[in-house]
Amino acid sequence: MEQIPILSLGEFLLVTIQVELHDQLAMRLQEDLTQKLARTHAKGVLIDISALEIVDSFIGRSLAHIASIARIMDSATVLVGMRPAVAITLVELGMTLKGIRTALNVDKGMQLLREATGR
Amino acid sequence: MPQTMGMGAILKAHESEILRDWIARQLADTSLRELLNENEVNEQSRSFLALFSNAAQDSYDEELAGQHWDDVRAALSSLSKSRALAGFSPIETATFIFSLKNPIFSALRRAFASDAKRLNEETWLSSTVLDKLGLVTVEAYQRGREQVIERQQQELLDLSTPVIKLWDGIVAVPLIGTLDSERTQIVMENLLESIVQNEATVAIIDITGVPTVDTLVAQHLLKTVAAARMMGAECIISGIRPQIAQTIVHLGVDLGNVTTKSTLADALRIALARCDLAVGALRPAPAGA
Repeated sequence: MEQIPILSLGEFLLVTIQVELHDQLAMRLQEDLTQKLARTHAKGVLIDISALEIVDSFIGRSLAHIASIARIMDSATVLVGMRPAVAITLVELGMTLKGIRTALNVDKGMQLLREATGR
Repeated sequence: MPQTMGMGAILKAHESEILRDWIARQLADTSLRELLNENEVNEQSRSFLALFSNAAQDSYDEELAGQHWDDVRAALSSLSKSRALAGFSPIETATFIFSLKNPIFSALRRAFASDAKRLNEETWLSSTVLDKLGLVTVEAYQRGREQVIERQQQELLDLSTPVIKLWDGIVAVPLIGTLDSERTQIVMENLLESIVQNEATVAIIDITGVPTVDTLVAQHLLKTVAAARMMGAECIISGIRPQIAQTIVHLGVDLGNVTTKSTLADALRIALARCDLAVGALRPAPAGA
């Protein structure tokens, strides 16, 4: 079964979604990330969705859930590289991902994470 | 049937004199002289009458059916369309076909001088045919104008939604005119695309040129702000005039956590501050000034 790699980078976790995210894959990512967070005690999670072209309400909600779970586990989450079409779709679906940090690219996302965790 | 042959034969026999009479009538109308060019009128009338005569050889009744009549209609449509684009009024355009009535009626009068009943019938038939062609003209004219309006709307849409790069990492979109769903969609797309292209962290939406803000417009603005935020850019709304501020509050629209400024200059200052930049005087102001 396919799986989205979760890389450990210093005190942060790096998740790059390079394939189309379908429902099962999103559930799996949520599960894996939670496990990894518990194991590594990472201070921040960076999720790169620049390759994600299609979202529906379920994927949108999964992203929001993943961010909320990470926050509860004491880890800041930054969502980076959202495409314009994806942003428009999510807004039209009524989801604005309130409370999730966002950044334009991985570079700016890392900077934001460092600021958020005070390092 | 001799009756159906009548018109075709008459047109064929008297084509040149009908044409001369018709052109003279069109040019006699002084109000059209500025727009009409004599050669053009000659050419248009000649080719149309040829098509008309050709079609009348085939059949001549109120149905105007058949390939030849389709050609007549097509020629008339394209003529009307070109006149619509050249700035003719509907009356001036329709006059082209209606001024043909008189020459044809006189030709009929000469042909059936001895047969009053036949003359009456033929005149009535020709009148109906020309009226129908007149309606074709008006319809084509209308369509031509509508195309002009559509094109202008599109151009207006393209013109009115530019995204400007103000600084490294700062883009602005000055909105002018009423915001409807279609325009908001285009503004949103343009803005988000330029955020990606310029790697902008701050986007300023200036609504100085938006005459009124109602709940719908406010909702559109909030959508744009939310979409930009999800891409990692912060939005500032500037150009909020006193009346608009009052309207927004009276409507109960919650602009909540969106930064708003009254002028673009203020918004730019905030945007620069967010990027850890500042603009200052090159020399300190002289003391006592």
